[in-house]
Amino acid sequence: MRSMLIAVTLPILLTFGVAVAAAQDAGQIKTSKGAAQIERSGQKLPATVGQVVQQGDVVTTGADGSVGITFRDNSLVSIGPDSVLAIDRFVFDSTTHQGNFDASLKQGTLAVISGKLAKQSPEAMKVKTPAAILGVRGTEFLVRTSPAKD
Amino acid sequence: MPGKDGKTGALVVESQGQKQTLDTPYAAARVKNVGSVDGFKTSEAEVKQDFGPALAAQPKRPVSFFLYFRTDTDEFAPESKALVNQIFAEIARRPAPEVVIIGHTDRVGTLQHNDALSLRRAERCREELIKLGIPKVRISVAGRGEREPEVPTADEVPEPRNRRVEISVR
Repeated sequence: MRSMLIAVTLPILLTFGVAVAAAQDAGQIKTSKGAAQIERSGQKLPATVGQVVQQGDVVTTGADGSVGITFRDNSLVSIGPDSVLAIDRFVFDSTTHQGNFDASLKQGTLAVISGKLAKQSPEAMKVKTPAAILGVRGTEFLVRTSPAKD
Repeated sequence: MPGKDGKTGALVVESQGQKQTLDTPYAAARVKNVGSVDGFKTSEAEVKQDFGPALAAQPKRPVSFFLYFRTDTDEFAPESKALVNQIFAEIARRPAPEVVIIGHTDRVGTLQHNDALSLRRAERCREELIKLGIPKVRISVAGRGEREPEVPTADEVPEPRNRRVEISVR
């Protein structure tokens, strides 16, 4: 009885999985230089131009690396060398422009031109660093996180 | 940072209840220890030195084109046809190009009706652009309904300039 149930539910789950994956696309890599990769569910993918970025991804660069991403809400986000940026949450409704964009710069340099989410709602976009939280009210800004000295 | 349009937005830096609002060009804040936010002013030269590679990696800004329709049809107005060539050129200039087709309506009808109508316009436009040979790029559609008028009007006012489709290339 149990095995029958699994056989029936599996195709439904697979279909659902595909739909969710498409909805999770948060953005796409537009520029990439030097060593750069995406960590997604324990896997490492090359951060090449055209690669899709999803909620939950961690984008990292080496000493010669940089990456630029255009998100679905037109937020333009780029990181310089030796940087670690986590895309903690990305939700965007293309009709109402409501949603949330939370990212964490763990290390390195970040440049942001905010997009439709921050324009629609001043609470929608937040960038965290180990020391502070930045609330974005629609703007262009830069962030640097230096490793702890001690 | 000063925006492209010369205006500067605002950024609120918060560390354990300490807050600093940055809303002037090149305003900056340093958080040396958690809970201490020190405001200061940086300069274009300092920014270039510290953030050069990150700034150089910024993607191109998206560009929007607007196509207008003959009233009550899904036919492009003649001047919109010339725009299609510009759209092709913009796509060719960009790495990993994406096209987002966003439908807009005027304020005649309910919000829900216009959401559906704007999405239908965008979808019809997608078919047309594919027929015209838009290269193999990622095309997505969105319906913004009456939320983003080109010309603000009172509710239920017909306004042809608001019945448009925006083609954003990014």
